[in-house]
Amino acid sequence: MAMVRNRSVGSKIFNGVNVVFFALVIVVCILPVWHVICASFSDAGWVMNQTGLIWRIKDFNINGYLLVFHDNRIWTGYLNTLLYVFGTTALGMFLTVMAAYALSRKDFLWASPIMFLISFTMLFSGGIVPLYILVTQDLHMFDSRWALILPHCMSAFYLILVRTAMQNVPESLEESAMLDGAGRFTILFQIMLPLIKATLATVILYYIIGNWNSWFSAMIYLRSKDKFPLQLVLKEILVTTSNSNTNVDISVLGSGDSADAILYKQLVKYCTIIVSTVPMFIFYPFVQKYFESGVMIGAIKG
Amino acid sequence: MRSSTSALEAKPRRPRKFTWSNIKKDLVKNWPLFIMVLPAVAFYIIFHYIPMGGLLMAFENFKPKLGFFNSPFVGMKNFADFFGSAFAGRTIRNTLILSLLQIGIEFPLTILFALLLNELRSKRYRKTIQTVSYMPYFISMVVVAGIIIDFCSTEGAVTAIVGAVTGNYDNLLGNPDNWRTIYVVSDLWKNLGFDSIIYVAALAGIDQTLYEAAEIDGANRLQRIMRVTIPGIIDTIMIMLILRIGQMLSVGYEKTILLYNPQVYETADILSSFVYRKGLQEANYGYSTAVSLFNSVVNFFLLIFANAFSKKYTESGLF
Repeated sequence: MAMVRNRSVGSKIFNGVNVVFFALVIVVCILPVWHVICASFSDAGWVMNQTGLIWRIKDFNINGYLLVFHDNRIWTGYLNTLLYVFGTTALGMFLTVMAAYALSRKDFLWASPIMFLISFTMLFSGGIVPLYILVTQDLHMFDSRWALILPHCMSAFYLILVRTAMQNVPESLEESAMLDGAGRFTILFQIMLPLIKATLATVILYYIIGNWNSWFSAMIYLRSKDKFPLQLVLKEILVTTSNSNTNVDISVLGSGDSADAILYKQLVKYCTIIVSTVPMFIFYPFVQKYFESGVMIGAIKG
Repeated sequence: MRSSTSALEAKPRRPRKFTWSNIKKDLVKNWPLFIMVLPAVAFYIIFHYIPMGGLLMAFENFKPKLGFFNSPFVGMKNFADFFGSAFAGRTIRNTLILSLLQIGIEFPLTILFALLLNELRSKRYRKTIQTVSYMPYFISMVVVAGIIIDFCSTEGAVTAIVGAVTGNYDNLLGNPDNWRTIYVVSDLWKNLGFDSIIYVAALAGIDQTLYEAAEIDGANRLQRIMRVTIPGIIDTIMIMLILRIGQMLSVGYEKTILLYNPQVYETADILSSFVYRKGLQEANYGYSTAVSLFNSVVNFFLLIFANAFSKKYTESGLF
């Protein structure tokens, strides 16, 4: 657009309004997060009695964070989430990459029927109830960590992304490798994968973020608290209204007063949000371009 | 590449037809590919096609103890029960209204967002806006629900603004009249920026010489947007619209389940949350599968029709 200049007054006014509009968009996007950050560092009593938006820190302290760091549920949740994210992403990527390679080969007779079989699941599905019955009754995975790793480890959409990237690699590379005696597995892992690194990074990041944020499967399949992923722990702290499991143990702060426990409840919620979201905030700026490219590759494929 | 030409000549014709000799030849030549694709095929059969077969539960009074093959067959009873109850009207209406709000408000606003972003002069400012507005998409739904609950509570930030206007400082999530507004506004906050990426990408693909030519022809800014920009992204818009219409009856349950309560079921309860409640919370498996099957079948045909319609009128489609 830079090549085209707009000299008219109307155009200049529009530019001004547009700049202001997007400044407002930025404010609206950040404000809820800003509110949570400021509240999490403020005085517990002040936070509880505050109405409306919290836009500044009052009496800076980290008591809320101390409470959160002493809450074992958070740490167990973190460890469980890391396990589920790693397990699901590793397994999912392994299946995706191998299947995508086989299905991207034009001389593979079964490529298109299998591709149809996989793509069809994007249009029509059995829904949650039959899957729940299968996982709990037939595979006996109720309250098992496998129930969080196996059923959703792979996605047809990402398989298509990887397959498209592989189709775009010149066939001559594979042909010459075959003449040198390389097998399919060697070609896949030593020639193909290094050539589509950007797509792989994108897909891995999508798998990771999806698995990191997932909570529904954990809620329906798990009962033992020591297996809960972070998001389910968060749900208990932030969303569930029954008081029994949201009580705060404030002995860490050297106070056993139950009135204080109620006082800190709100503060702890804010601190929990920050503690659970910080990894995302740290990594997000570095990986943002991959997410964009993911959407764009998907768009080209249509 | 020593003898690549002779290798190319010697290369057998690619098998296309499923004749016995082709299948045998393929198996001998491509057995490693079979091994590679086998785990994924197993995954899709087990976790997608077996549950699809499990949809037959919709015609049974399914009892986990009796299993799929021994549970009593009840024909269309589950469907009759659902459509004869007050739940059918309520959940279908709520699902459709939310969907139409998403298509009517969120969908055009996402396109408008990308168009306005495209009109910004400063590349750096544009980049900053993109970074900031994509961010909420990556915050987990549980945390977003937590923030919504906090903002809509009696002391919340949104309640304070609403209260200042109406004088009513009640919890906003307790009133069924507010549900759809809260749903759509929080959707916009979380997804608007990120959903616009696809249009930003399409806009970047428009040939810049078209704009120069338009300016030379005396087109003003609005005319350039209407005659060059919009036609340049209309294919993308249509594809996204087809996808969206194909999901008309599948409004996601995550946000609803996290935020709703019996007080607001009247406007909040949608097909997917109803299936979850009846099926997984109340263990009414056959009945909820019937509702879910109805939902899937309607979605499937909506997508097919939307695609056919788009192919006929815009020559672009998904398949």
